Amino acid sequence: MTDGLQRDSRVLSSPAALALRIRRRVLRMVFSAKSAHIGSVFSIVDLLAVLYSKILRIDPSRPDWPERDRFILSKGHACAGLYVALAEKGFFPGSWLEEFYSDGGHLAGHATHVGVPGVEVSTGSLGHGLALAAGMALVAKRENRGFRAFVMLSDGECDEGSTWEAALFAPFHQLDNLTVIVDYNKIQSLGTVKEVLDLEPLAAKWRAFGWSVLEIDGHNCVEIEDALRAVPLQQGRPTCIIAHTIKGKGVSFIENKLLWHYRTPDPEEFRLALAELEEE
Amino acid sequence: MRSAFFQALLELAESDERIYLLVGDLGFGVVEPFRQKFPKRFLNVGVAEQNLTGLAAGIALTGGIVFTYSIANFPVLRCLEHIRNDVCYHRANVKIVSIGGGYSYGALGMTHHSTEDIAILRALPEMTVVAPGDPYEAREATRAVAAHQGPCYLRLGRAGEPAVHSSRVDFQLGRAIQIRAGDDLTLISTGALLGTAVTVADMLRSEGVSTRVLSMHTVKPLDVDAVLRAARETRAVITLEEHSIIGGLGGAVAECLAEEGHCKVPFRRIGIPSSFCAQFGSQDYLRSRCGLSPDRIIAFLEPMLQAVRS
Repeated sequence: MTDGLQRDSRVLSSPAALALRIRRRVLRMVFSAKSAHIGSVFSIVDLLAVLYSKILRIDPSRPDWPERDRFILSKGHACAGLYVALAEKGFFPGSWLEEFYSDGGHLAGHATHVGVPGVEVSTGSLGHGLALAAGMALVAKRENRGFRAFVMLSDGECDEGSTWEAALFAPFHQLDNLTVIVDYNKIQSLGTVKEVLDLEPLAAKWRAFGWSVLEIDGHNCVEIEDALRAVPLQQGRPTCIIAHTIKGKGVSFIENKLLWHYRTPDPEEFRLALAELEEE
Repeated sequence: MRSAFFQALLELAESDERIYLLVGDLGFGVVEPFRQKFPKRFLNVGVAEQNLTGLAAGIALTGGIVFTYSIANFPVLRCLEHIRNDVCYHRANVKIVSIGGGYSYGALGMTHHSTEDIAILRALPEMTVVAPGDPYEAREATRAVAAHQGPCYLRLGRAGEPAVHSSRVDFQLGRAIQIRAGDDLTLISTGALLGTAVTVADMLRSEGVSTRVLSMHTVKPLDVDAVLRAARETRAVITLEEHSIIGGLGGAVAECLAEEGHCKVPFRRIGIPSSFCAQFGSQDYLRSRCGLSPDRIIAFLEPMLQAVRS
């Protein structure tokens, strides 16, 4: 039984526990803001929880510390999860989360750096994050500095030509301090990825561009942590972690439903969703 | 202007190791000295302007002063949203340099005519827009945008424009340079038409019309004082630019005159009509076809000149 207890303590003390807190908080934010994209947020919560509790070398007391790791949420529409992770880390007061989407509040509906410590860059238009991260990684390489750059892309974002411009660039310049995480939940704005513009074979595409590629379960915190601790997988190559995820992960009736790219829970759905998250 | 820019950039890079030069696979024969001297701060990103601009913002946000360089519309329109979001919104220290303003690459056709760039970039928050008038101004403009904290657009002509100034100029962003004094009318020029403006002024002077010439090398922020002085002290104001008459220098000056209550001063915008040119040919040929040659400018101004003379 010792084994079981250990597993429990690992679950309670860190990424999984943080992920649960993020989901609960995001649900409340989305409900009171009547905002969209809850499905897009829930699919990356476990990835964010591992990044912010185990991987990123950052310091909430010095958000501008020059040697910090850079994390860019290129899929800026999933910012609610990022905001909660940052508040949990102490970058800004948790009370700001109550102002999400609201008139005059600190936190806009897409990732916004202005006045928000810890948000590296503003995103929201897809296809911008990878080039920005590559520029940062390039400086670290050329100036012999130790920080790393991580960037999270949506799968829909892999439709953007600019993503592939940067994808071609990073391996050529041997940016092994750069890691892409693709949130491959397989649903984009108007349908499934397969229906809209199929990305398969996605891993082979990144490999062909020169990346070290690893496919993981994007909801298994142990697997996520192992993968992110292992980067770079190969000296001289940037890493692409394709995280297989479920859009809306964590609430049964939100999971895998295109509708929840847009829909806000009504009071009854809110109660049910919260109950599911409380049970965990 | 091109040599003046690269010469100034080399000097700057010598003394400031934050300076990076990123090119979009263009600049054959001119980027080599920088590449050889500062290999760690040079990057040819390939034919990929969105990436060029995003990378530049990423480097700038990590402490660099980054010049992006390409020709005509490529570093501007092709990657416009990256300029708006990645550069301007983050106040990233990126200097976008385009060689080939207006019809510099006339014979290469419409794709290489840079004729709406000033209007478009002028509309972006945080962006400073600079179009020097000759190689002397280009040199100083390069130094000035490097020293300015924040996004800048440096619109250059081509290689080998004649010098208008004869020596180093006192150049400040946002401050027009008076090239000729005059009190009958004022020609306000931006970019490489400065030489034309001076030619026109000299021709008019020989006809007894005293013409003030201002080099409005910075279109944004506009030197409002210089414009208002011209409206007060001379009897007509004319803008001159190798750019669409919509939204560029002419638009900026018109906004200024109208809002400051100078609607009664006779005012004309001379520039490129809002249409693609139907002819092909050299810069001089295309300028002449769309009314930007000295004789066409004087013919256009004739009704106004009669009023001034009377």
